[in-house]
Amino acid sequence: MPQFVQSSPSSSRTARRTGNIALQMAVVVIVGGLAYAAIHNAAQNLANAHITSGFGFWNNTAGFDISQTLIDYSPSTSTFGRAFWVGLLNTLLVGALGIVLATVLGFSIGIARLSRNWLVAHLAGGYVELIRNVPLLLQLLFWYNAVLKSLPQLQGSVALPGGGLLNNRGLFLPRPEFAASFRYGLIALVVGVGAAVVLHVWSRRRRDQTGEPTPIFWPALGLVLGIPLVFVLLTDIPIRFDYPQAGRFNVMGGIEILPEFAALLLALTIYTAAFIAEAVRAGVLAVPHGQTEAAQALGLRSGTTLRFVVVPQAMRVIIPPLTSQYLNLIKNSSLAVAIGYPDLVQVFTGSVLNLTGQAVEVVAVTMAVYLCISLVTSLLMNLYGYALAVEER
Amino acid sequence: MAALADKSYLRTAPSERLPRPAERAGMLRWARENLFPSPGNIVLTLICILFICWAAPPLVRFFLLDAVWSGNDREACLASPTNPDPGACWAFVRVWFSYFVYGFYPIVERWRVDVFFVALAFGIGWLAWLSAPRRDVGAVYFFIVLPILSYVLLSGTPLLGLAGVTTALWGGILVTIVVATVGIVVSLPLGILLALGRRSDIPVVRLFTVTFIEFVRGVPLITVLFMASVMLPLFVPERLSPDKLVRALIGVALFASAYMAEVVRGGLAAIPRGQYEAAQALGLPNWRMMALVILPQALRVTLPNIVNTFIGLFKDTTLVFVVGIFDFLRTIEAARADPHWTTPVTSVSGYAIAALFYFICCYGMSRYARNVETRLMRR
Repeated sequence: MPQFVQSSPSSSRTARRTGNIALQMAVVVIVGGLAYAAIHNAAQNLANAHITSGFGFWNNTAGFDISQTLIDYSPSTSTFGRAFWVGLLNTLLVGALGIVLATVLGFSIGIARLSRNWLVAHLAGGYVELIRNVPLLLQLLFWYNAVLKSLPQLQGSVALPGGGLLNNRGLFLPRPEFAASFRYGLIALVVGVGAAVVLHVWSRRRRDQTGEPTPIFWPALGLVLGIPLVFVLLTDIPIRFDYPQAGRFNVMGGIEILPEFAALLLALTIYTAAFIAEAVRAGVLAVPHGQTEAAQALGLRSGTTLRFVVVPQAMRVIIPPLTSQYLNLIKNSSLAVAIGYPDLVQVFTGSVLNLTGQAVEVVAVTMAVYLCISLVTSLLMNLYGYALAVEER
Repeated sequence: MAALADKSYLRTAPSERLPRPAERAGMLRWARENLFPSPGNIVLTLICILFICWAAPPLVRFFLLDAVWSGNDREACLASPTNPDPGACWAFVRVWFSYFVYGFYPIVERWRVDVFFVALAFGIGWLAWLSAPRRDVGAVYFFIVLPILSYVLLSGTPLLGLAGVTTALWGGILVTIVVATVGIVVSLPLGILLALGRRSDIPVVRLFTVTFIEFVRGVPLITVLFMASVMLPLFVPERLSPDKLVRALIGVALFASAYMAEVVRGGLAAIPRGQYEAAQALGLPNWRMMALVILPQALRVTLPNIVNTFIGLFKDTTLVFVVGIFDFLRTIEAARADPHWTTPVTSVSGYAIAALFYFICCYGMSRYARNVETRLMRR
């Protein structure tokens, strides 16, 4: 009889566990050692270069100018901390606007790609292929240097209909100036929106109870626009516009939209829209054709099929890639540094880092901010995803 | 039979003949189905045709018909009686072309760059051709031999009689390709390690890899590059402070690894449990199970995604621009500012040639990824 030698399972498990623990210890020691060496070297190098550490610089006067500020900022009195907030707000502004515009454009292109119309589908496909395969930075430089910077000079400004001015220093739009009574106009608008929401909830409930659709688009639009309009007509018009005027050296008045901002927004929107379009197309194609056929067999029209059968199911597939595109857009907005739009990276990792020399603190803060923005965005999108999730019965 | 005759639903006469089906093929039929199926679509088609008629002729005229193909300075590309409305200035691109490819790499040493390009193309061809012979040798060539060979060739080895060339002289497409190649050569093995670490059952390893991957994926590449270029010199003793290009390469490679790790993880997740169990039943130890059974399948399934990550990496190489490295895009920017060539069309011409280069590379890769995907689906 051959004897099978078998090591007892318990002893091999103990050996494995010991190995595991040894491996973990080794990893901790290696990583810890590297971290210690890095910190030790950094401290020594910083001391050699006479650079202080810590966040003491946060309250020092910044002393440099920023071309676009959403909050009050002056180079002579504001601090580095204030400059940080200015940069962060500029990043958030371009990120938020970019997300809205890219979503609108991306959904349109994605739907156009699915069109039965050969020409429409292929034009949209050409757009996606062209934009996706050219680096964003190249597109950004193209919009900024080749398009916006080659607009006419100040003297030859293009007058836009409605009182705007366009030249190579930016786009200047009339600024509405509100009289005191305008406050009531805003209240009227809020009342209108509130009434429309109530109407919507009522129509939903009625539809769920009786199964009869109650179209409310036009009444709701009437409420939202009508109430403020009636108010505006009853009182005298409480809005005056401050029109931009081309002066000798500068444009006076109006709202100024920097060419850097316009180029960044344009490039981010166009680039991200191509990726969103692909996500939308994939999401719609992921809904089995049987769903459409079943809806048609029930007698739903094509519009209704789309709205109540295809889109809700497609959205569930679209949300995760859409989230990562939003995150990409926000991260890509840091390319602003290449054309000098004062976003967080340009202001903080650029100017503040150069002035203070405190690379570790500045880069760490910048990265932490992007991590926070990423986390909050994915949290919001996950919440939206949960709201759309299938209700299992 | 008579009882059935008065049933109203039975036919008494043959049904009318249906009309002959319309043509199934032909241009008109195709146009009616794909361009003019409904009134709304007719309007859309007309709008599209108008758009093409409005956009295409000026583009063709600008880039081909009115373009200036030869000349020695800006005079050639300015408006003149013979060419009142000059198009793209290809003369500018021709004059600067060698700079766009090699940067300031010494002219007598440029053959080394050419050899590098050929060696790289050979390695890529070997790995990309799925039924090539001995792809394992190809992998060794690509991931071990090629990097050493490239280093010896490009930065020079006085021992072999190759004069040293500092990276400050490198530029153009050479740098773009070097950054992209280092990115893929480092990020694939490192990404595999990170992906395995993330799936490992050792808590400490999992913690470190997850932290690294999520951290890198949460921040923009620019901040990683800034970190590599301003913080890395702080973290090492002063005499070891790496070269500017090397710092950027480290940043790009770490960044790409985190993304590659997620792609590989997706591939690992696609492998059925049975494969693991079968390998364990055969008595393979853990690492051999991974190396011989799981990874070959996982990498194969995820090859399209790896290529797509690589497309992203290739586009992202342009960002080294921001930390002052002369990649292809940066050489275009530098040439564009040359006062000898200042014309209203210089910028557009430079950007157009850059866009063409990146488009051809990226589109080629994405077609390849799609082909592999259809091949995998068929199996």
